[in-house]
This record gives sequence, C-alpha cells and structure tokens, in this order.
Amino acid sequence: MNAKSSSTTTQPKHEQLGMSDAEVVDMYKYMLLARKFDERNMLLQRAGKINFHVSGIGQETAQVAAAFALDRERDYFLPYYRDYGFVLSVGMSLTELMLSAFAKADDPNSGGRQMPGHFGSKRLRIVTGSSPVTTQVPHAVGIALAAKMQKKDIVSFVTFGEGSSNQGDFHEGLNFAGVQKLPVIFMCENNQYAISVPTTKQLGGKVADRAQGYGFPGIRVDGNDALEVYRVVKEARERAVRGEGPTLIEAMMYRLSPHSTSDNDLAYRTKEEVDENWKKDGIPKMKAYLIDYGLWSEEQEEALLREISQQLKNAIEKGEQAPFPKPEDTLLHVYAGEGEV
Amino acid sequence: MPVMEYIDAIRLAMKEEMERDENVFVLGEDVGVKGGVFTTTKGLQEQFGELRVMDTPLAESAIAGVAIGAAMYGMKPIAEMQYSDFMLPATNQIISEAAKIRYRSNNDWSCPVVVRAPIGGGIFGGLYHSQCPESIFFGTPGLKIVAPYSAYDAKGLLKAAVRDPDPVLFFENKKCYKLIKEDVPEDDYIVPIGKANVLREGTDITVIGYSLPLHFAMQAAAELEAEQGISAHILDLRTIQPLDREAIIESARKTGKVLIVHEDNKTGGVGAEVAAIISEECLFELDAPIQRLCGPDVPAMPISPPMEKFFMLSKDKVKEAMTQLALF
Repeated sequence: MNAKSSSTTTQPKHEQLGMSDAEVVDMYKYMLLARKFDERNMLLQRAGKINFHVSGIGQETAQVAAAFALDRERDYFLPYYRDYGFVLSVGMSLTELMLSAFAKADDPNSGGRQMPGHFGSKRLRIVTGSSPVTTQVPHAVGIALAAKMQKKDIVSFVTFGEGSSNQGDFHEGLNFAGVQKLPVIFMCENNQYAISVPTTKQLGGKVADRAQGYGFPGIRVDGNDALEVYRVVKEARERAVRGEGPTLIEAMMYRLSPHSTSDNDLAYRTKEEVDENWKKDGIPKMKAYLIDYGLWSEEQEEALLREISQQLKNAIEKGEQAPFPKPEDTLLHVYAGEGEV
Repeated sequence: MPVMEYIDAIRLAMKEEMERDENVFVLGEDVGVKGGVFTTTKGLQEQFGELRVMDTPLAESAIAGVAIGAAMYGMKPIAEMQYSDFMLPATNQIISEAAKIRYRSNNDWSCPVVVRAPIGGGIFGGLYHSQCPESIFFGTPGLKIVAPYSAYDAKGLLKAAVRDPDPVLFFENKKCYKLIKEDVPEDDYIVPIGKANVLREGTDITVIGYSLPLHFAMQAAAELEAEQGISAHILDLRTIQPLDREAIIESARKTGKVLIVHEDNKTGGVGAEVAAIISEECLFELDAPIQRLCGPDVPAMPISPPMEKFFMLSKDKVKEAMTQLALF
C-alpha cells in the first residue's frame, strides 16, 4: 500500500468495495482515455476527417465504473451510443473505434455500415445496436432469459438515456424481466437532455422510481461518483447471479457536450448552466481521490496524457489509412451465406 | 400416414423441433397453460415445462424483442403473436432489429428467430382479428416470410423456419387451422424456404398465390376442367420473401395468362411484385394482361356477414376470374 494522506484514517472506499489499488487506477485511466478519445473525435469531425460524432463527454465516469463492476470476460453488454467509456473498458481498442469513425472495412462493429457509436462485437459480447432508441432493452432481457434457461451465472447489462425511459420497450422489457426475475441490470444514464428537451419536459417523476412498478429495486446514484456507481452495479450483479432478479440504476450526470456534431446546444441551454456542470465532472474528482491516497501524481498524469495522445495518433493513422469497404460489399450479409449460421 | 388438421401439423412441428434441439422454445400470450387461443401450443407446456413454453406479459414488442435477444445469444425462439393484427407493436423490433442484425453487424451477429402469427379472415373476426399484414413486412430485406397453404407445408416450413439462420415470419392461416385436413408424415422432413410449389399442372391459364385462396383456386380448377375443359396451372409461392423468381417466370411462360390471388388487399401487395417480375422477365410471352384478384382496398374486413363475404375471396370469385382470363 502506498502512503496515504494523514487526513484519511478510515479504509479507502475502493478497498472497502474490494478493489485493488491497481484496479482503481486502471479505472481512472479508462475514464481519461474515453474523454480524450471523445474530444479528439469532435476535432476530427470539425476538421472534416470524419462525418459524424455523438459525444459521451460527462458520462465516462459512470460508464467506466459500471464496466469495472461487471464480469468483463463473461457478461453480455448492450451499450447505447454514448458509451465509449464502457466499450473501451470491456476491451474495444482505440483503433477499432477509429475504424468505425472513419467507416472502414475492418471496423469490427459494422464493417463501416453504421454510424459511429453503434457498437457491436461478438468477441467482446457487445451486442449489436441500432438508432431507434431503447430497442436494446428487450434484447438484454432476452439474453438474461437465455442465461437463466441455460443456468449460466452471467448477467446482461444494458444502458440507455433518460429520454429512452419513456419508450414502450423500456416498460415492456422491465416488466418482463421483473416477472421472470431475470439477471439483467438496466442502467439509465440520465444526462438531463434528450437532444434539446430537458428532464422537466421528459419525466413526470424519477426514472429510478419506475422499478417499483415492476417489482424490483430502482436506485438513483451520482453518476459522477465512480466508486458509488461501481458499488451499486456490483451489488446489482450479485443480486442478479443469486437469482434475485433485475435492478434499475439511474445514474445522474450531465451531457457536457452538444448532442452530436450536428447540434448547437446553446440554442436551448445556457453557457452558464454548462459551465456549472463542468464543476461536477467526475474525472477530476477521481483524480483527486487517487492523489489523496497517494495512488496518482501530476507526473503520472502528464505521462498518461502523452501516452494517450500517442495511442490516439496511431489509431487515427490506422483508421485513416485503412481501406474502405468495396462498394459492392453493400450487397453482402443480408442473409446467411451457404454454411453460415 | 396420419390425417391431421393444419393446426395439428403446426403443433407437431414445434414439438418435434423442441425434442430435437433444447435451444428451441416458445413464448407468447396464452401459449402455456391454455395452450394458445386456437390450441396451437396445446400440450407443449406439459411436455417441455414453463420456461420452454412461456406465458408472457401482454406486450408484443417485448415478446418479439426478448425473442430477438435470446436468438442473438444462441437460442432458437418461436415467438407467437396471438393474431397478426396485434403484431404491429412488434414491428419496430422485427423491421429495425431482427431484419438488420446480420447486416448491420457485418455478419458478426445473427438472429435466428421465428415469429408465428395467424393471418386471414372468414371467421367473423372483424377488423382486428382478420387482417393479412404481409405487405407491411414484405419488401424488408433480411426477413424471410412464409405462408403455408397445406398442412404438409405448414409442418415442413415451420421446421425449416426453426432451423433457418435468419429471422422468419411464419404466417399461418387461421381459417385453414381446422378446414384443412390431410395426410402429414410423422417423420422428420422439411419444406425448403424460398421454393415455390406447383400444385397443379395445366396449359390454359396460370394462377399464382399463397395461403387460403389457393384452396379456392384448386376447387375452381377442378370444376373448370370438368365443366369447360379449361386447364389451370397453379403455383403456390409458399415463401413470399424471398420470392422464387424462376418458378414464377416458368409458370407464367407455361400458359401466357396469369391470375394472381391473395386475401391481403390489392394495392402494394405481394401480387404487385409478382406481376412486376413477370413484366420484367417475360412480358412478350403473355397472351393477356396480368390479372389480380385480392382483398379490396379498404382498411380491414368488417364483421357483418354480408360484408365479410364481400371482402373474402371464394371459390366462385376465383372461378369467375379464372374463366374470364381463359376466355380472353
């Protein structure tokens, strides 16, 4: 154990949660990686290098923390389109994400077919997703049902925004999972906006409270507090594998970026509001925690930033230089080919 | 070979596939304890248990969506929509998800789900228990759609659908459930998806269709042969997506006079595509304009008996259309 600051005599929270020092540092590294990846993609789009980017800035803390609380070798994941932090944490590489951003043939998510942010990788058990929101919620329930039928001690983990929590598929999926007590964790990333519409015009109550109607716990958590998110997701996973059924988690956060590179957010919210929320950003909080316990330093931060910058440079080069799909490959994979499953 | 009803053949197909492969399971409203509102799944829960023959909440998008999730995991779900009229809440799951999963993941993921739904009227079901929704899903690449006419085909096509690596919509005709009785082998056979079937060889006119109206065409053809010496060639599409283009062209060429029949309404129906294929491939071999006899372009079938009768095709209506075409 490294030296701790004298102000903390109690056991550090990450230790209380059963996390090693290395794990908690690793978690922070992924948060920062996701942030830098996201910022770079905004720039790439503005520079005309890529067509589109939909940002997850402000949401990385909860995404990465949730991933670390799951079994990243065995669980099934149904992330939504802002979940760069999540997919990086479960094993997707920067190069793979850049191949997607540049819509190249070797993009493992879709072979250059889908917009960036539409994740999918059978190897990583990231289930392919689409753009009509919330369709992934019943899929997560179906995977949990299959796990129950095959008596596998895994969970499915699905995320979505608070806007999505109004869709029928949210309610139908949660109810189905509640009835069958399925091993699924629903995590709402409540970032306060469905594009331009604020929660005051989206939600008549709290998202977390909706779980009550479906017979399982709904928990609201500060999405900028990595260790709290880790704790509630871990507990939800333990409940799920014990056969006690699903959990709904509402992680509170703020979408610090515009909805996408096609959005001017200052048309519907003020700079003051955005600036105020930057102060709550979970990434510097995590950094302060690590420094406080002597697990991190400004020197290490600078070294990491340099390393990430180099990794991004390499990934962008690979993404940019990789070949596009052949035009006629547009016709492939409508149905299985001979002998394919 | 036992004689069985069309509905028994569907049930037997599910039973055999569930015995063959433990990943096959059935889910839907009332499919378990009750055995389905038509008895299609009767006895299956007793044999296979509550998990594999699952009574679900009344929520069609979840029935489809949960089945899709399970299919992506590697299961082989058969999702039942109680009536095809109630299938539309699941349309987003079927068209945006099931149909596109293989394509959008560049062949990484697949979705081998079967969605069964009873179609058709003539049972005093009114607007919302009588519809033929084929044209809503037809023309969605990534989906396969089958619509059996006979009990033999119902069993063989459903077994093929369960084993198919891609999503299949299985449109079973509820009027056929009890009306159609015939020899159905109890052994393991499949009817391949994508292959049309010549029901009757003939030389004067060609009738192309699927599902219930082909029974009317078969009866009419027998009468026309006996009464007027008109020889009708009848092609059952069996699979309406992807269409068996070769079989369509071949049967059109055979007589040069084509009548297309289906109960789904005329505009934008499967028949329009069949007519277009014939026009593209063999227009100059035709001796008469392509004819279509279909449900009328009204929103759905009314319940009042004279109105239902007006909407439905019948042996007499098909016979009249066949006669007119033969005389052209």
